[in-house]
Amino acid sequence: MLDVLLMLLVLAGSAGLGFAIIRRVPPMLHTPLMSMTNAISGVIVLGALLLFAVDGNRFEYALGGIALAAATFNAVGGFAVTDRMVAMFRQKAPADRETQTK
Amino acid sequence: MTEKLVDLGIVVALLLGIALFRTIRSARAGNLLAALALLGAVAVVWTRHSFSALPLLLVFAAVGSATGLSFSRRVSMVGIPAMVALQNGMGGMASFLVSFVELTRSTSSPGAQSAEVAALLGIVVGTATFTGSLLAAGRLAQWLAQKPVVLPHHSRILGGLAALALLIMVLATRTSDPRLLQLLGLTLIVVAGGLGIILSVRVGGADMPVLISFLNAGSGVAAAFCGLSIGSWLLIAAGAMVGVSGMILTQVMCRAMNRNLVAILTGRSVASVPSAPLPVDAPASTQPLTAAAGPVIDSPAAPEPAASTPVASAPADQSAPPSQAANPFARALDVIRSAQRVIIVPGYGMALAEAQEEVSRLADKLTGLGREVIFAVHPVAGRMPGHMHVLLAEAEVDYGMIREMAEVNPLFATTDLALIVGACDVVNPAASQQANTPISGMPILQAHEAKNVIVCNLDDRPGYSGVENLLYRDPKTIMLLGDAQDTLRRLLDQLDA
Repeated sequence: MLDVLLMLLVLAGSAGLGFAIIRRVPPMLHTPLMSMTNAISGVIVLGALLLFAVDGNRFEYALGGIALAAATFNAVGGFAVTDRMVAMFRQKAPADRETQTK
Repeated sequence: MTEKLVDLGIVVALLLGIALFRTIRSARAGNLLAALALLGAVAVVWTRHSFSALPLLLVFAAVGSATGLSFSRRVSMVGIPAMVALQNGMGGMASFLVSFVELTRSTSSPGAQSAEVAALLGIVVGTATFTGSLLAAGRLAQWLAQKPVVLPHHSRILGGLAALALLIMVLATRTSDPRLLQLLGLTLIVVAGGLGIILSVRVGGADMPVLISFLNAGSGVAAAFCGLSIGSWLLIAAGAMVGVSGMILTQVMCRAMNRNLVAILTGRSVASVPSAPLPVDAPASTQPLTAAAGPVIDSPAAPEPAASTPVASAPADQSAPPSQAANPFARALDVIRSAQRVIIVPGYGMALAEAQEEVSRLADKLTGLGREVIFAVHPVAGRMPGHMHVLLAEAEVDYGMIREMAEVNPLFATTDLALIVGACDVVNPAASQQANTPISGMPILQAHEAKNVIVCNLDDRPGYSGVENLLYRDPKTIMLLGDAQDTLRRLLDQLDA
């Protein structure tokens, strides 16, 4: 019972902290934010891995394998595409701009 | 206990990673930090346990990683909403599969009632997110029809499926027979899958940013439930963060359209009207807007104009001799040449016409001539939150030139030219001038306050909302209809000449 309470506390705490932090993300970064949080939801990879840590039948391993592939797709693909996107945001050098406006 | 401490450390690293998304400069480091935190979590689990079926495990992990990497390299920013929708779906799938296996195994461990409930919830949310997201991804990738589909008794079907899912869950918690439990679990997957489709199929076009944000939240919540069922703090915390992030974005999108989530998901449009005065004396103006009563199903298939379909209504300068002052193309050139401050308003049509490169070049040219160029981005422009920003970033537009709605709206009155590229509903003054339309009360970019307006859209049909755009009829508006990429190229050529 204590365990469940603790887990609910973790749930509420991280939701609250997440709310406070994510609210401050500027709209400019909303797409990268969504793609990074998708990558973070790839932590389900741990759940999939743990299915292989106990003895199971073939059916369970097959399901676990598919979950593993989906989770790694999310994690690797998500972080990689987020990195690509964030690197695209450029600001022309201030010096450039000055010469342009003059 | 050390396991929990490690979990906690990883959670803190993930939170720090997200916190670094406060500025563009630090975002890349934040992403890297979160990635390393996840890698660390995997490494910890890897060293703690020994795994059976190792070759199988490695093959699946390798296939998933390689596919993810290849997608991330190839996807364009036009295609990013489809990719994100697919990821939402994959997250949902992983969660419901793990939850399902946990559910069927949980019978062996006594006193695991709460774990069982969490697993059941994980199955429901995960499966619904999975099917709903695949449908959304198919639409966003243009494989499926863009139109929202409303079935007869749509809401009743939705309610029925939800009730059925609840019933199965109650039955599942009552039984201890593993066979029956497995059967109930499988039935629950089917029912929840239907639920996701019914929920998602009714949302289309310009409402996509809301749906995609909502499904993003769903994938997080499913992971959190899955974490509750297997007792992993890390999964709970990370899932909760993703869920909250999705809900915040959903809220931002809803507010930017002045609609509420329930109204969008259940197809009941126009959430805003109650506060607006009813124009009892003006039946003529509300008459053609029958869409106001229900969901906006009657809207044209191409939600926002300027699509790349080569309908290309004969270019204006060919239908009339270029010397004529009445020629819209020549007038537009004059206006562009003399404008000191230009605000460019991009919409999803720009992405469809793949005109962002041309828009970027035009902006560069004008800044080069010493003009002030600002990009005005509406929060719901595009198909997902922040979509316009990444499109413009890909086209190498300086992000310092991009302004959000609240910041840019006061500037329109002192602007010589508002250049609309593939945007419709987000600049439609009807939103503030007419009551009882699907967009009434929606905050818009005040492009109509600029001294001159040029519209580079595919056609002059209404946008996704189905509401006629009053801006098009404004005498100061110059309509350059046709493929936006083509129109902008010709403008650029003439400016060079």
